[in-house]
Amino acid sequence: REPVLTPATMNPALRKVEYAVRGPIVTRALQLEQELWQDASKPFTEVIKANIGDAQAMGQQPITFFRQVTALCLYPELLIVPSIPDDAKDRAHRLLGACNGYSAGAYSASAGIEMVRQDVARFLQRRDGVPASPGDIFLSTGASDAIMSILKLLVSGSGPSRTGVLIPIPQYPLYSAAIAELSAVQLNYYLDEGHCWALDVAELRRALAEGRRHCCPRVLCIINPGNPTGQVQSRQCIEDVIKFAFEEKLFLMADEVYQDNVYAEGSAFHSFKKVLMEMGPPYSETVELASFHSVSKGFMGECGFRSGYVEVVNMDPQVKQQLVKLVSVRLCPPVPGQILLDTVVNPPQPGELSYECFIAEKQAVLSALAHKARLTEEIFNRTPGIHCNPVQGAMYSFPRIDLPPRALAAAKAQGQAPDMFFCMKLLEETGICVVPGSGFGQREGTFHFRMTILPPTEKLQILLEKLSSFYTKFVKEYS
Amino acid sequence: CHGPGVCRSGREDMALPCARLPRARREGTVRWSSAAKASAVTITEKASREKILTLESMNPQVKAVEYAVRGPIVLKAGEIEKELRKGIKKPFTEVIKANIGDAHAMGQRPITFLRQVVALCTYPNLLDSPSFPEDAKKRARRILQGCGGNSLGSYSASQGINCIREDVAAYIERRDGGVPADPDNIYLTTGASDGIATILKILVSGGGKSRTGVMIPIPQYPLYSAAISELDAIQVNYYLDEENCWALDVNELRRSLNEAKAYCNPKVLCIINPGNPTGQVQNRKCIEDVIHFAWEEKLFLLADEVYQDNVYSEGCQFHSFKKILYEMGPEYYNNVELASFHSTSKGYMGECGYRGGYMEVINLHPEIKGQLVKLLSVRLCPPVSGQAAMDIVVNPPVPGEESYSQFIKEKESVLNNLAKKAKLTEDMFNKVPGIHCNPLQGAMYAFPRIFIPSKAIEEAKAHKMAPDMFYCMKLLEETGICVVPGSGFGQREGSHHFRMTILPPVEKLKILLEKVKDFHIKFLEKYA
Repeated sequence: REPVLTPATMNPALRKVEYAVRGPIVTRALQLEQELWQDASKPFTEVIKANIGDAQAMGQQPITFFRQVTALCLYPELLIVPSIPDDAKDRAHRLLGACNGYSAGAYSASAGIEMVRQDVARFLQRRDGVPASPGDIFLSTGASDAIMSILKLLVSGSGPSRTGVLIPIPQYPLYSAAIAELSAVQLNYYLDEGHCWALDVAELRRALAEGRRHCCPRVLCIINPGNPTGQVQSRQCIEDVIKFAFEEKLFLMADEVYQDNVYAEGSAFHSFKKVLMEMGPPYSETVELASFHSVSKGFMGECGFRSGYVEVVNMDPQVKQQLVKLVSVRLCPPVPGQILLDTVVNPPQPGELSYECFIAEKQAVLSALAHKARLTEEIFNRTPGIHCNPVQGAMYSFPRIDLPPRALAAAKAQGQAPDMFFCMKLLEETGICVVPGSGFGQREGTFHFRMTILPPTEKLQILLEKLSSFYTKFVKEYS
Repeated sequence: CHGPGVCRSGREDMALPCARLPRARREGTVRWSSAAKASAVTITEKASREKILTLESMNPQVKAVEYAVRGPIVLKAGEIEKELRKGIKKPFTEVIKANIGDAHAMGQRPITFLRQVVALCTYPNLLDSPSFPEDAKKRARRILQGCGGNSLGSYSASQGINCIREDVAAYIERRDGGVPADPDNIYLTTGASDGIATILKILVSGGGKSRTGVMIPIPQYPLYSAAISELDAIQVNYYLDEENCWALDVNELRRSLNEAKAYCNPKVLCIINPGNPTGQVQNRKCIEDVIHFAWEEKLFLLADEVYQDNVYSEGCQFHSFKKILYEMGPEYYNNVELASFHSTSKGYMGECGYRGGYMEVINLHPEIKGQLVKLLSVRLCPPVSGQAAMDIVVNPPVPGEESYSQFIKEKESVLNNLAKKAKLTEDMFNKVPGIHCNPLQGAMYAFPRIFIPSKAIEEAKAHKMAPDMFYCMKLLEETGICVVPGSGFGQREGSHHFRMTILPPVEKLKILLEKVKDFHIKFLEKYA
């Protein structure tokens, strides 16, 4: 008999949800891995998951201090163990004192442990030189959780008054997925590939005007540093965006999870919050902003802990109460993640026991990433037909690939987007899994893929060369 | 509107927040749009212009959400705590948060073995430390091997770490006397709440009279009403029978379903067993009747079983819906769609903060499973430390292992303690005139019925509060004890309750119960 829950009866909004980073190509990659386990008759010996920004999966080591403090909080019996330094123990004592019942197993307040929110506020003040209030900070189950909550608050209306959300193309597909799930309206603004993926306010204006014809645009999402594009926005650009948001009454969402991943000479991270405050009134008192950060990226790479936060600026106090209410239904974000977040915003200081080790580990990670960012750009650009913009920040390259017409035809015959066709072939023949540009969005008629820069340097070099050779072969085959 | 669960008969005069009204009657926000366009913005405009995101412009479904367990009374308790810290004098020295099922917050200790394994996973250098038993290390190594880069810091598969799902399946098989469980049907989640919200999300569709109706028990755990509000689904109440120890009566299910068919498409039946807030443990016959009803009426069954380890009463036993379904034979077992939920937050573990949980799905359409994984993938994965905690819950020390004797001692101590407190609470409440408390067969709460005199009801009305909210506020202000009014869970019209946890340590609990008794008697006298 027919089940109650079928594709026809399910929530129709969810049918439209896609998330390419773990989409069909990854499903195929997992199948191939299984096949490799069973028999090794493949042109490669391992599947490389260069699809997802998961540093530790690619061998990056966690920051020792962060794990020490977290372990101490989870098993306080360790507080007497001599092999763990005293500064870690002090942090753990302090954090446990802030947990209900002195246990990481108790629910915390729904917005997060109060003391951790205070530490985040202090961190933001140090980072930006402008005040931050713990009451404006909500800890979350990864940045994705907070992004979802804020978008949820913003979506209302119907038909021509339905909330429109401006997102960059290319984008990180959490945004399109959330918009689909919430039945909001996706409004695309194109980043300029010819100019290092720069954001151009004229393009924002075009997208907005277009959007106003069929919905009510209320939200402008920025990812800085960019994902998948890696561009780091200049201060001027950020000011222009803020002015635009002010003029056009748009709620700004600034996804800043890669704020520690800035590599290019001349590039620097400027938080939207800082720039907004420095612009003074009326902007600083008016523009509604939500900024997001996470422990998943940066030099920490603690994706599995699912920990992040949002700082809200100029939010209506009654709406803030609604946000508190909304997050209360899910009780609280995971406490081990909150503890780890605290160590990230409150790391060892010069003079402390763990400082030397900490700073060495941090710098090793960041300089390796910077090196790999350059290496990637360099190797890809050696191959005719692959055009890779500088990887200014984040963790990905997003090269454009020229595909010959016969390849486009072959893809069409398979019912696949051309870059999916390319990526599938790449996967089958080299074991390298990257995500087709169509999963992130791109200008019509262009093709890209997103590859992480996370594998260890020697391995990355080999992968980049393999991929480039495969591309050359592919183009030859379909010429 | 008196909140979820009270509006029984589709009263159309009810205010907007009632999620039970058909969708067509909901206020739209079209008017906002024209207002917004009318208020043109110029650069020289003063900073006091209207915000983009306001109560009026925000998502109306989110506005409709309520969650009493952390609602107004708890906010008030928080304020009072702040006042106490400032040195403001009160008739009490501390606020007791007996509102929430958080055992560790009330002093319960974690299970040592569980914390050892998770600590080892968090800081694997400890695998070389003599301070940890070998059986804990073995479990930790196994979990780490299931993690990308052998680290808790990697994203896991969106469905959860494979070996942990296998352990969950093995646990379910053991628990259910050999009824097979397939790891492929197991999804690890960020607490049970996450799994419940996700399944409900997939189920909600249609519009107007065909909008999905979700049957929930009254009284209920208000995650359900909150999720229903947020999803703009239709809440369909079925009443548990207070006179019969909060039993579930299939006739009442039938009544509720048939009434609902007039204005929505009831597709889902939610059961909480053991019950929250009511603590009743359903007997086998009842579960069979419910399954038969779901089969007959084509309802998707959600079985919230997070309290499966919290069963206290003689003669009561936990039977999983999955097991009974299987035992009822192929016509049921091959057809009824079921999702069962468990969590690390309750039981004897009390690991609320880890946000660990799982769901087992039975007879899900294969394409739906694909949709489910796709939906979960957007959020990447549940917290890996919570997955590790769940693994220990389903794969604890066994006889013969080094850690077994300490483990079993700790577990039994917690459970015996809870059973003692359950009985104590029931007995003490029933000694108070005007309080009637059903036996706490399981879970972690008392949900006594309280008599509120009409004068108090009048005063509550004057304060625009539900009578039991008024009562609980007074209780909080005079004794520092924070409990949640029954109106937050739903109850039959004209009855009043509150939910109090049994989690404080025994001696403290006794004192609290005495204080509630004294308060109640005084309250009755005051409003006689």
